[in-house]
Amino acid sequence: MNQQNADIETRPTHKHERTPGEPVNRNEDANHELSVRVRDLKLWYGNNQALKNINIDIYQKNVTALIGPSGCGKSTFLRCLNRMNDLIRSVRIQGLIEMDGRDVNDAKMDEVALRRRVGMVFQKPNPFPKSIYENIAYAPRMHDLVSRKAEQDELVERALRDAGLWNEVKDKLQEPGTSLSGGQQQRLCIARAIAVKPDVILMDEPTSALDPISTATIEDLMDKLKKQFTIVTVTHNMQQAARVADYTAFFHLGELIEYNDTRMMFSNPHTKKAEDYITGRYG
Amino acid sequence: MSQSFDEITAQLKRRHRKSARLKWMSMGALILAAAFLVVFIGDMLVKGLPAFQQAQVQVEVSYTEQSMQIPPAAVNDEVRNLVSRGYLRLIPGRMRDNPELMGTTRMEWVLADAEVDQYLKGHYTRLSDSQKRTVDRLEEAGRAELRFNTRFFTSGDSKMPELAGIASAAVGTVLTLIVTMLVSFPIGVMTAVYLEEFAPDNRLTQIIEININNLAAVPSILFGLLGLAIYINFFGVPRSTPLVGGLTLALMTLPVIIIATRTALRSVPDTIRQAAFGVGCSRWQVVRDHVLPLSLPGIMTGSIIGLAQAMGETAPLIIIGMVAFIPDVSTSFTNAATVMPAQIFTWAGEPERAFIEKTAGGILVLLAVLISLNASAVWMRKKFERRW
Ligand SMILES: Nc1ncnc2c1ncn2[C@@H]1O[C@H](COP(=O)(O)OP(=O)(O)OP(=O)(O)O)[C@@H](O)[C@H]1O
Ligand SMILES: [Mg+2]
Repeated sequence: MNQQNADIETRPTHKHERTPGEPVNRNEDANHELSVRVRDLKLWYGNNQALKNINIDIYQKNVTALIGPSGCGKSTFLRCLNRMNDLIRSVRIQGLIEMDGRDVNDAKMDEVALRRRVGMVFQKPNPFPKSIYENIAYAPRMHDLVSRKAEQDELVERALRDAGLWNEVKDKLQEPGTSLSGGQQQRLCIARAIAVKPDVILMDEPTSALDPISTATIEDLMDKLKKQFTIVTVTHNMQQAARVADYTAFFHLGELIEYNDTRMMFSNPHTKKAEDYITGRYG
Repeated sequence: MSQSFDEITAQLKRRHRKSARLKWMSMGALILAAAFLVVFIGDMLVKGLPAFQQAQVQVEVSYTEQSMQIPPAAVNDEVRNLVSRGYLRLIPGRMRDNPELMGTTRMEWVLADAEVDQYLKGHYTRLSDSQKRTVDRLEEAGRAELRFNTRFFTSGDSKMPELAGIASAAVGTVLTLIVTMLVSFPIGVMTAVYLEEFAPDNRLTQIIEININNLAAVPSILFGLLGLAIYINFFGVPRSTPLVGGLTLALMTLPVIIIATRTALRSVPDTIRQAAFGVGCSRWQVVRDHVLPLSLPGIMTGSIIGLAQAMGETAPLIIIGMVAFIPDVSTSFTNAATVMPAQIFTWAGEPERAFIEKTAGGILVLLAVLISLNASAVWMRKKFERRW
């Protein structure tokens, strides 16, 4: 804790005493209802500690961007939020991740229930090798969200519309999801995630495999989707973070160095390390 | 200083020569292997195809009271030794079934003795000179000829080569393989799924893994000993039956299926699993709805290859008594039975010349079935893969 503070070269920008996890500056346009509260989160892969004392409050119906150099633990942190790290055998986790008043890592928390409320979009588009329709309908049917065929059709259409894909695929719903272009596949994956009506959507570099036009489409989409969902996204693209995020968190070597209002983060970062990284001085 | 093109080309010459040499060597190996195959199949065809034909002679059969008592009396002296003894023995039975035959004398095409068959096919025969002349005469009169040998496909084994067929062995093979598949497919697939998708990665599972891989390399005769010890001596499963044979072969097929299934499961990209977990599938749902359907073609192919291996196996079946003389075609899992390779093995040991072609004929049938099994594996792979 102390060591972490010593690393941070504080500048006299904040006006009030912050609790750990709060952003340095508030974004007055943003919503501030709490979605996920993370306290003293530590994570090890075997003996290698990948996350050190992470404290962060993630707010509802915002886009929160995670940035930082490669290997700093962004994906690892993201996977903590829906317990995808459970699938990696060597992982050990300490600390609190609280959602809706419940500890996500509690023994009584069912990870399947958690993942229903915390959806995920991956770096490489990974539609199921099934039809476009099935890609969307599969999960709601599995979770018993729909009972009749008509309901299911309606839900598929709504998810595809929300993901901005409906007009492109409405005539070929029975074609394989893998026959779409990369950008369309990624929107299909987003549609698949929102079809189960989660609270939070995690996106791990969702546009890194896409061309600029598809990227712009997805960025617009994130902007629209944040009216309904809390979005946490990882990106290596500073402009993207600046464009879409309300709050930005900068990670470095497993530590959360700075959590700040996006505009402040990119105009007047609070820490030297964040400034070096954002201005490209960091290797 | 960088090198000129000429210098580089000069150096490259040696490398090109080397790769050309390697190319020719591998081509040579391929041609050699193909040549062996052609010689083998050709030899089997030359030896085995005659088994699908059988000599018949047209003789006068008199259905009398005397034929009922002494069947050979039904045909006259001259041709008596040219007609299959096995066929003559069936006459009383036929008369009992068809009472209207009694008292009639008919010209009939009847099964010839194996020696006549061999003579007509131009092989060595024990027929005397006068018998040969009789056959020649019958042949000239159009009363002796080679016809398609349906009996080879419809009857069981016999000590008389002209009566022996592959049917009981073929049915035995089918029954045995049904048992093998029913046992080894579900157990093998579930084991592989557990090891690949559920099991923790610890000492115990590593030891199990190594042992399964070793099991695939165990000489098959040891599985026969295991089958004898466990199934027959301990559980009291009746010996020589398709049941015990299938269970024994299942022991052999199991590691093949497990290994094939694990390979198929491993080839399913992890991104699919992540996607499924990401939408809230339980581990079992991930496997059932996403991983298994994608790996099914691989599992099927592996299982069919395991099945084909089991089908060609004789050694373990010797020990559990399935290399036996089975004249009747039985469709029960608990009656004594034999299988095709065992039948071939038995025939290969018979002294009569006529059994040589039966042996080769049996091999041809076995090969045909094996090839169609493998073809169906390829077809299945294509069909399922085409879906996406
Ligand atoms: N499955 C794993 N097993 C062991 N160590 C891992 C595993 N995944 C990640 N790590 C380690 O954890 C650290 C953080 O990795 P992580 O993938 O979270 O980084 P990241 O910030 O997402 O990087 P990138 O921007 O390159 O995606 C790295 O040092 C990495 O080596
Ligand atoms: Mg990452």
